[in-house]
Amino acid sequence: MSSEGPQVKLQARNLDFYYGQAKALKNVTIDCHANKVTALIGPSGCGKSTFIRTFNRMNDLIPGTRVEGRILLDGEDINAPDVDVVELRRRVGMVFQKPNPFPKSIFDNIAYGLRINGVKDKRRLEEIVERSLQGAALWDEVKDRLDENAFALSGGQQQRLCIARSLAVEPEVILFDEPCSAIDPIATAKVEDLIEKLKTSYTVVIVTHNMQQAARVSDYTAFMMLGELVEFDVTEKVFTNPANKLTEDYITGRFG
Amino acid sequence: MTPATRKKIVQFAGFLSLRLAMALVLAVLVLFLTDIVKKGGGVISWEFLTAAPRRGMTEGGIFPAIVGTFAVTVITAVLAIPLGMAAAIYLNEYARQNALTRLIRLSIRNLSGVPSIVYGLFGVILFVNTLKFGTSILSAGLTLGLMTLPWTITASEEALKAIPNSYREGALALGATKWQMIRTNVLPYAVPGMLTGTVLGLARAAGETAPIMFTGAAFFLPYLPKSLSDQFMALPYHLYIMSTQHHAILQVRPLAYGTALVLIALVLGLNMAAVIFRYRLRRKYR
Repeated sequence: MSSEGPQVKLQARNLDFYYGQAKALKNVTIDCHANKVTALIGPSGCGKSTFIRTFNRMNDLIPGTRVEGRILLDGEDINAPDVDVVELRRRVGMVFQKPNPFPKSIFDNIAYGLRINGVKDKRRLEEIVERSLQGAALWDEVKDRLDENAFALSGGQQQRLCIARSLAVEPEVILFDEPCSAIDPIATAKVEDLIEKLKTSYTVVIVTHNMQQAARVSDYTAFMMLGELVEFDVTEKVFTNPANKLTEDYITGRFG
Repeated sequence: MTPATRKKIVQFAGFLSLRLAMALVLAVLVLFLTDIVKKGGGVISWEFLTAAPRRGMTEGGIFPAIVGTFAVTVITAVLAIPLGMAAAIYLNEYARQNALTRLIRLSIRNLSGVPSIVYGLFGVILFVNTLKFGTSILSAGLTLGLMTLPWTITASEEALKAIPNSYREGALALGATKWQMIRTNVLPYAVPGMLTGTVLGLARAAGETAPIMFTGAAFFLPYLPKSLSDQFMALPYHLYIMSTQHHAILQVRPLAYGTALVLIALVLGLNMAAVIFRYRLRRKYR
């Protein structure tokens, strides 16, 4: 992979991950660049979702899990004992596989992250809610009904709402864990456009099942299998001239 | 007979037996209620509800028993609701899910099956004798509170379990602390369910006799309790006396039925309140 690339934002160094005795990630090393989209692809159960959840320590919530090796955000080990995991998760936002709006109004969904961080000023909240919804290309569709329950939105709108919600706390990195697997193709196209746009301000990592999606939206692609990183390179190279036979078999649809 | 007809007959027979089972349950309930209303309805009057018993409890009303049951239920609620909810939050949100918590949970389930008379004896030892609260509203209320706790803990935990994990993960992923997540994104949606289960537990406690007969309920008191350390009359205990211990059982039978009717109305009222309350809260959040 190219050495004169942009600044490295997020790194995994010899990362091992265990669910109890089962080893789910084996010696994974990867660099995610600032203002680029890094896609993680691979067959089901290859560890890509586990991997992306190590970047904001979401796996801490699962009892019996263990990390070895290091994850570095701006060169700092995020698993170091003095790291505030709450602040880490504010800096590293996440959009989940299934849209997970809270059963609150559209406004309160977006304002949630601000309010828990102590923002009370109504004008400031309104300002950031509008900016976040615009950032997620949802403002025009919902600006007249911010008081409506977020459950009233369509699945694709809900997913963009969740993206807007994570933008509101001004993260540096946004993790997308198969963000389009539960929404329709038109909504998928919108989310993809959005990801393209988001990378101008954020570092983006995306897990996807859909290889076309990885090819369309990402700058770098990591192909994983059985917990191991098989290949990691610029997306174009991975899809046109993969170095590894397994990668080639996977992207040409011979398995997976 | 073709297999298709056979399948339909089997299905018809199956549904029919389910309907009959339902009808049987309803019939018993209706019979039971009409019997009590028929035999007790006649004595219900303003005086019955607001006067004290007179002439060796052969005349007058049940006002002291209503007040006593109300007071004891308030104590029960004050103990069982906050403690039950807090324990459930701890068990479901904070505690590690290991052998120890499984054992704790199993014990709580088992405690809800302990006969109420055992709680009564325990209450005598702990509250009346050891803590020297005497036979009083306080002792009886706390005893009923202990008896209700397993129910409120279990009901509250079920309500918490019903909250999708995605609410929790979503909040944490935005940089919420665990307590912020629970307070703002779990409890508001769980509290209606928690309260419903809890109120059902309270309604059950309000109708209990065994736990209060050694810890504070009095056979007869000519006055209303003035403080938490006074003895009291209670509807279920009064009913028990009127139907088995009274010197003129046959004469006071209508009064006993009237007491039963008031007790049932009270319990049903509590349950209805829980249902309405939950409905209101649900509408607010959906």
